[in-house]
Amino acid sequence: MTEIKQPIVEIRNLTKSYRRGIQVIPVLENINFDIPEGEFLALMGPSGSGKSTLLNLIAGIDKTDTGTVMVGGLDITSMTETELARWRATHVGFIFQFYNLIPVLTAFENVELPLLLTWLSRKERREHVEMALQMVGLADRMDHYPSQLSGGQQQRVAIARAIVTDPTVLVADEPTGDLDRVSAEEILELIARLNQEFGKTIIMVTHDPHAAERAHIIRKLEKGILNAHP
Amino acid sequence: MHILKLIFRNALRHKLRTALTILGITIAILAFGILRTLVSAWYSGVEASSSARLISRNSISLVFSLPLSYKEKIRQIPGVKGVSYAIWFNGTYISEKNFIPNFAVEPKTFLELYPEYVLPEDQKTAFIRDRKSAIAGRKVAERFQWKVGDTIILKGTIFPGAWEFVLRGIYYGAEKSADETQLFFHWNYLNERLKKTTPRRTDQTGVYIIGIDDPDQAAEISEAVDKTFKNSLAETLTETEKAFQMSFVTMTEAIVTVIQLVSFMVIIIIMAVVANTMAMTARERIGEYAIMKTLGFGGWHIATLILGESLIISTTGCVFGIILTFPTAEYFGKTMGSFFPVFKVSIITIFLDIAASFLVGMLAAVFPTWRAVNIQIADGLRKIG
Repeated sequence: MTEIKQPIVEIRNLTKSYRRGIQVIPVLENINFDIPEGEFLALMGPSGSGKSTLLNLIAGIDKTDTGTVMVGGLDITSMTETELARWRATHVGFIFQFYNLIPVLTAFENVELPLLLTWLSRKERREHVEMALQMVGLADRMDHYPSQLSGGQQQRVAIARAIVTDPTVLVADEPTGDLDRVSAEEILELIARLNQEFGKTIIMVTHDPHAAERAHIIRKLEKGILNAHP
Repeated sequence: MHILKLIFRNALRHKLRTALTILGITIAILAFGILRTLVSAWYSGVEASSSARLISRNSISLVFSLPLSYKEKIRQIPGVKGVSYAIWFNGTYISEKNFIPNFAVEPKTFLELYPEYVLPEDQKTAFIRDRKSAIAGRKVAERFQWKVGDTIILKGTIFPGAWEFVLRGIYYGAEKSADETQLFFHWNYLNERLKKTTPRRTDQTGVYIIGIDDPDQAAEISEAVDKTFKNSLAETLTETEKAFQMSFVTMTEAIVTVIQLVSFMVIIIIMAVVANTMAMTARERIGEYAIMKTLGFGGWHIATLILGESLIISTTGCVFGIILTFPTAEYFGKTMGSFFPVFKVSIITIFLDIAASFLVGMLAAVFPTWRAVNIQIADGLRKIG
C-alpha cells in the first residue's frame, strides 16, 4: 500500500506578473499544485517560463499578485517582510546557481552566517557548522575562503549553509548550472542524499534533463502555465 | 564570527580604495583642525583679555595719542585700582620680516596690571631700574636666541632712529593664552629721546590701561573716564580689554569668515568623496545584501554593515587627522609665531573633528543604506552572475 504524504507546500490560484513601464508582463498564471513532504521535485522549463519566479514565491523572497502559498501549514503570502525574513531564516535553505558565498568569510563563517540569527551559543554554532560541513565532505576546508575553493566545493559550502539551520524546505535554483559535469554529478548526488537519507523536501529548478532525472517529480512550466501532472 | 568582523573585512576588501578614502579624510580633518585653530588664534588676544582691565584710547582713533596728564585724573576715579600706559612703537629688528610686537610701557605699573607676564624677581627689578632696558617674551627670545644681558637694536618706524636696549628679562605666560612674543621697554626712554628730537611728541601715550576693583563696574567706570575728558582736546574712548581686542579682530572679520567657510567646505567635499566610496561599495555588494536578506537578515543588519563600514573609514581618517594636527599646528605656530602668538589646538577643535568625521560617516552612508535596505531580494539576486 502506497503511503500518502501530507503536502508541505500548497499553492492555490497563484498569479504573478511584472511591470515594465505601463506594460504588464504575466509570468505565472493560475498555478495550483502541492508538494508532498520529503519529496524531491524538479521544476523545468525554458528560459523565461517563470520557474525561478515560482521558486522565489515558494521561498518567500517575492510577492504574489494573487493566490496563496502555504508552506508547512503557514500562509506566507499574508506575512509582512519582517515575518517573512524570520520565517525564511528557520524554514528555507537556499542553493543558488552561483553559490553566492560571502567572499570575505571562510567556509566555516559562511555556513555559520544563518546561525547568527538564532539564539545558539558560540559552541553550539560551531558544532552545527562542523556537522554541516562534514555532511558535504568539506570538514577539512572550513578555514578556506571561497576564492581558495573550486566551483564544486563552493557549491558544497553553499549546501552546508542551506542545511545548517535544518530547514523545512530546500530550494535550489539551477544548482549545477555553473559547474562542470563531474562537479555537477557530485552536487546532484549530495542533494539526492539529503532527500533520501535526511528526508529533506527539495524543490529544484533546472533546465538540465539529466539533473531533473534525480528528482521524484518533474513539473514543467511553459509561458507561466504549469503543465498537467504527469 | 560577528557582524563587526564582517564590517572590518568589508572595509579592507578594496584596500587601495579604502586607503585613499582614509587619506582624503585624514587630510580633510587635518585641514579642518588647522583652520579651526587658525580661527581660535585670531581670537586669542580676545580670549587672553582680563575682565579686570579697561583700555582707554583717543576717541578719534588709536593713531592719535593721549596726554600723560590724564593718568592722575584717571587714578582718582572711584573703582580704579591702578593705571598704566603704553604706546605702540613698531620697531623693526634687523629686517621687516622679523616682526615683533613692541611697546613702550611704564614698567612698574604695567607689570602690576599684567600678572600673567611672569619673570623672575631679579629680572623684574633690573628691568624697572634700568631705563634703557627691555623685556621679551619666551617665544621671541627663543626665536632670536636672545639671552639676558644681550643688546637689542630696534629700527624705529613711527619714531625714527636706531633704538638700543639691554635685555634685562625674559617673561613667560602664566596661562597658555598669554602672548609670549612681545617686547616691552621704558616709556621714559622713548620720551626722553623725543624731547631731544621731536619735542611736540613728548608726554604722550597711546593707551591707558586701567585696573579696576570690580569687573561688574566696568561700564560705569568706562563712562566716568570718558566723562572726565569730555570736551577736551583729546576725548577718550574707554572699553573693556576684551572689547578693545575684539575691535582688531572685527577689522579682519571677513578673513575669519572666509577661513570658517573654507573649513566647513573641506568637510562637505570629503563627505561627497566618502559618499561616493560608500555608494560604489554598496552597489558592488547589492547581490550580497540580497543573499543576506534571503538568509533572513533584516534591514537593520544591512544598515549596520554599511553604516559601520562608513564609520570605520571616517573614524580611522579622523584619528590619523587628529594625530597629525598637533605636530602640524606646532610647526605652523613656530613659523607664524609673530602673527599668531598663541597657536594651540583646543579641545573644542578635537571635538569638532570627531563630530565632523561622525557626521561624514553617517551622512555618506545614508543613501547607499537606504538603497540596499529597500532593494527587493529578487531584484538584488538578478544582479549576481
